[in-house]
Amino acid sequence: MSIATTLTQAPVKVHEDKCIAEKGCTVCVDVCPLDVLAIDLVKKKAFMQFDECWYCLPCETDCPTGAVEVSIPYLLR
Amino acid sequence: MKRIDMEFDLVVIGGGTGGPMAAVKAKEKNPGLKVLLIDKAHVKRSGAISMGMDGLNNAVIPGHATPEQYVKEITIANDGIVDQEAVMAYAANSFDMIQELDRWGVKFEKDETGDYAVRKVHHLGSYVLPMPEGHHMKKILYRQLKRARVEITNRVVVTRLLTGTNGEVTGVMGFDCRTADFYVIRCKAAVITTGAAGRIGLPASGYLMGTYENPTNSGDGHAMAYHAGAALANLECFQINPLIKDYNGPACAYVTGPFGGYTANGKGERFIECDYWSGQMMLEFYRELQSGNGPVFLKLDHLAEETISEIEHILHTNERPSRGRFHEKRGNDYRRQMIEMHISEIGFCSGHSASGIWTNARGETSVPGLYAAGDCASVPHNYMLGAFVYGRICGHNAAEYCSTVADKAIDEGAVAAEQARVSAPLQRSEGLTPFQIEYKTRRLVNDYLQPPKITRKYEIGLRRFDEVREDAQAMVATNPHELMRAMEAMSIIDCAEMAARSSMFRTESRWGLYHYCVDHPERNDADWFCHTLLSKGADGRMAMTKKAVEPYVVPIDDDERDAYQRLRVERKAEAA
Repeated sequence: MSIATTLTQAPVKVHEDKCIAEKGCTVCVDVCPLDVLAIDLVKKKAFMQFDECWYCLPCETDCPTGAVEVSIPYLLR
Repeated sequence: MKRIDMEFDLVVIGGGTGGPMAAVKAKEKNPGLKVLLIDKAHVKRSGAISMGMDGLNNAVIPGHATPEQYVKEITIANDGIVDQEAVMAYAANSFDMIQELDRWGVKFEKDETGDYAVRKVHHLGSYVLPMPEGHHMKKILYRQLKRARVEITNRVVVTRLLTGTNGEVTGVMGFDCRTADFYVIRCKAAVITTGAAGRIGLPASGYLMGTYENPTNSGDGHAMAYHAGAALANLECFQINPLIKDYNGPACAYVTGPFGGYTANGKGERFIECDYWSGQMMLEFYRELQSGNGPVFLKLDHLAEETISEIEHILHTNERPSRGRFHEKRGNDYRRQMIEMHISEIGFCSGHSASGIWTNARGETSVPGLYAAGDCASVPHNYMLGAFVYGRICGHNAAEYCSTVADKAIDEGAVAAEQARVSAPLQRSEGLTPFQIEYKTRRLVNDYLQPPKITRKYEIGLRRFDEVREDAQAMVATNPHELMRAMEAMSIIDCAEMAARSSMFRTESRWGLYHYCVDHPERNDADWFCHTLLSKGADGRMAMTKKAVEPYVVPIDDDERDAYQRLRVERKAEAA
């Protein structure tokens, strides 16, 4: 049996112009209870790696530059 | 999978609410104790109060309520099936904990005289204390953890406990959800504070993590306690909540009730006298949904502008602050229309109902050296303050216990078996994904276990869970994160089976909708005025027993006994 990947719109959006992950910041990645955010090692920016969001908002609230924006996942909206 | 060995006196599993309190209090009791707080998320923002809390739901404050009144209220709300001594241990320590939190910097609402501004939400007494600035809660706890020099390990998922020859705790095992390193932590005692089992059922939205509880609370603690030989109490007393439809978070009638908001039917009429979450209240809610008078709504549109602004401030900055942006996208405005509500999927959560790892008034489980506090333990209607109070009780008692036991060797055979079990999904290159296993389990829970409970459906459900359990042997994880979801899926299957077996054991109906059995529609005090306990039998399968209700310390009068049975608003017959 093979494994397929299915695309989905991620509820967490990172505004890359504001994200300072390249300076070593990992606040949003650290605080996410579900550990769904990660730093893209090539772009040096945070992004949502897994669509497993509780729309709880620590990533957005704790981001020092206001780069993170959380939307309610489409299935709930 | 690299193995990492550690050694502590006490390991606290889960850094949400009760866990940090237990760790701090153990260190206060004995500063020489080596205490580890371990969390699969990050303690700074983990657990049910990740974004704070909008109030205390069960404050027992002199001048507003007495511990005896509170014990009575909770006994009645639970149809009499409570260990009153354990509820009293909470109630008697409630005010002291509020004062300590106050000293730590938690801001409670006070009136112009400086007294706590307690509100009435329960059917009989007044126990609700708003916390308009409650979003700082986790920060305050973190400061105390640092002050007490508690060691913290984040992002490690604890999967199983190790036990010694007398069944006592000797260690905990788990893995890092980023590196998959395998942790073996030798200890003398452990406190489980893993929260509710909030990921058993599937939200109606179909979004796997769109749960009422923080979805990290996947019943890992319930499962590890079961596998370590601990008893779990009254699991058939499900948690089912009245929530904002689709958003699946609290509406929240506790906050809005004292301001004049209420739950209404489709005609805008009040149909329940009291919005406090009890099984009976949920049954009336369910009946209204089914009756053609539904949907059910939260009604605030009759309130004054300044009242609504205050409600919005509390609801949209605390606990689940994304409520605000959900309403905005829907075009919901408390001023202009009622907010549609719905009934949640099932879970285990003693915070609101009465089921969990069995504990007594000392926070002890049935396994020596194992304690439990908060939503995962069995003390009913505990809420956040109960998690704090029992966190403290567990911290104190576990610290004392540690000084009475010697270091024990750990069972290397059990370690090898667990490491093999945990690492298996990483070693497969194809098979079923954790998402598929979890989704199917939770969809089956909705299909077969959601009340009203029907024996025939439960039998089918159990058979299907067995099939999924077998399918799960082929689960594949392509990275440590997916491995976390795979192990959570195993906890979810365990919890689903526990929910089914406990429900089938109690052949009566009790606790309103929580245990409404179509085949046994009546309450049967003659045979079932007792707790039920689920534990692992000698054959390795789930076994059920009855446990007598402990002698009451606060007597209940006959006319009070059924107060929660009379929640529906009575309509006077219209004159012809």
